[in-house]
Amino acid sequence: MSEIREVEKARGFSLFWRTMWARAYPRIIGTTREKSWAFFDTILPLMSTVSYVFVYRAINAPEEYIGFVVVGGAMTAFWLNVLWSMASQLYWDKDMGNLELYVLSPGPMMAILLGMAVGGLVMTGTRAAAILIVCSLLFRVTYQTGSLLLLLAIFTLTMAALYGMGMMFASVFLASGREAWHLSNLLQEPIYLVSGFYFPVRALGFWVATFASVIPLTLGLDAMRQLLFAGGPSLGFLSVRTETGILAVSAVIFIAAAHVMLRKLEEKGRRDGRLIERRR
Amino acid sequence: MQPELLTGRKAYDETVSTTGGDGMNETLAIETRDVSRIYRLRGPRHKDDPKEIVALKDVSLEVRRGELFGLLGPNGAGKTTLIKILATLLLPTSGEAFVDGLNVVTEMQEIRRRIGMVSGGETSGYGLLTVEENLWMFARFYGLDNRTARERINMMLEVVGLTDRKRTKISDLSTGLRQKMNFVRGFVSDPHIVFLDEPTLGLDVTAAREVRSFVRQWLQDHPDRTILLTTHYMAEADELCDRLAIIDRGHVLACDTPTNLKRRLQREAIFRLRVGPLGPKPRRDEMIESVPGVRQVQVAEKNGHTDLSLILEREDVLPEVLAHLTRRGSNLISLEKREPTLEDVFIDMVGRGLDVDTSHRVDQDHE
Repeated sequence: MSEIREVEKARGFSLFWRTMWARAYPRIIGTTREKSWAFFDTILPLMSTVSYVFVYRAINAPEEYIGFVVVGGAMTAFWLNVLWSMASQLYWDKDMGNLELYVLSPGPMMAILLGMAVGGLVMTGTRAAAILIVCSLLFRVTYQTGSLLLLLAIFTLTMAALYGMGMMFASVFLASGREAWHLSNLLQEPIYLVSGFYFPVRALGFWVATFASVIPLTLGLDAMRQLLFAGGPSLGFLSVRTETGILAVSAVIFIAAAHVMLRKLEEKGRRDGRLIERRR
Repeated sequence: MQPELLTGRKAYDETVSTTGGDGMNETLAIETRDVSRIYRLRGPRHKDDPKEIVALKDVSLEVRRGELFGLLGPNGAGKTTLIKILATLLLPTSGEAFVDGLNVVTEMQEIRRRIGMVSGGETSGYGLLTVEENLWMFARFYGLDNRTARERINMMLEVVGLTDRKRTKISDLSTGLRQKMNFVRGFVSDPHIVFLDEPTLGLDVTAAREVRSFVRQWLQDHPDRTILLTTHYMAEADELCDRLAIIDRGHVLACDTPTNLKRRLQREAIFRLRVGPLGPKPRRDEMIESVPGVRQVQVAEKNGHTDLSLILEREDVLPEVLAHLTRRGSNLISLEKREPTLEDVFIDMVGRGLDVDTSHRVDQDHE
């Protein structure tokens, strides 16, 4: 036997932690490497936000609506990130051969997905902040500075639930391919409508708004608008307290579901040979 | 029928006697017992009548620790399927497989800590990251601490001659350089067992030679580690492997050292003939194969002449073959008697060359 010392490899939480930050790294560093992304991720959502602002101005809508649109526009960046850089990422990774290497490594898939989420949050956070700042200055949006702590808590819960849902969708790609890709396509535009990105979700009526609440952004956005704007509570769907509670439960459910689905679908992928296929 | 496999096992059993609790020999790095894998074709055409492809059929192999073991076979033979099963990416349909003494179905997490894999034509990693960053990311997935990861990356980049490219984005690397990086990725986690799946596929001669040299050096430096290599390049298998299994259509046909495999053909006479054009394909009873004493013939038409690769039972069959060619209006341009290669062994066993792709066949048993 060789006298060469074996390399020490972490296990348990330490392995999870290292894997998570290693996977987050490409996304965080990517923010500075691909400058063109700044244009597509910031300017394009900004343009659609601006067009809604002009529509509201043209029809003399209440001034709160301008703020609603600006906040909604900023949050759109997170939805797009979850849809295309979380849920569909494993589709690309499968095609490039990365998925095989992820599964092959001892690093937990949950840590890899969490790393993608953390990296995506950092990357998208800067885009969302840019949209928020530019639009707020451009259209002189005024915010009320109530409970900043509660606002931060709601934002955190929304992100936890949203990215948990993204992780759950991503796990589908372990045992699927093109079908899951179509699911992402299918979800983009309807969610714009039912989540109330550009208008208060309450306008859709109770049942549609309730159905739309499955997407964490719907309630998160509604609660944040209630806290940020003086006229917000009167246009809110449910009370901030109720929405916060639902978001907390959603976060737990989505993350737990992602964990279970990862395990089950990896097993199915190994059985059906879907982990190793490269075709779309 | 796997007579050589049984011979190999017998020889090995004489030197080793330790066995683990599950019956697996502890000095074996890899063991498969009657492993089969069936793919079920999906899609609208097969909805009511699902077709099955038998990728592996009752494969039993033993790879000892410290060995560089090769799987030689054409595309579609089942080599990659076997590697993916051993690498825990695919479940066997039946049978058992053990890697480093661990069951691939029930102990995959522990196996993954101990293995590495490099495939030919790999495009893994992220183009916007540098070589060093990509390698660091994968090293961390194996739980290496920051310092160890960087030390090992630097050391291995030095070995493969990529140190000056460590800050290059991988999207800017050539195919050969990228494959060298993939090699570092596969070995950086200090694996016990490495699976190399057609590792020199698509590489130029120099890059392929460097890759083979790296593999040899690594095993020399780590004599307790094991490599399982799949290839359809017989020269590569001949040059690198301690032992190899010839695999075709999911079956292991033979398993032995390259020398012993070639020895099977030593009584036969192997000739390479270049002759004038043979003209249209004759009737079956007028083909070269019909000459008594001809065991195998490979025909390749090239630029106005024909290359024939012949395996004859005895040397004195050759005049009969030449006479047959003359009768068909062809003339001898050159003649060379040569030593048997692994491809000759393969042709002798299955009746066709290694360059025939059998990946899309549907197994007759399952139609």
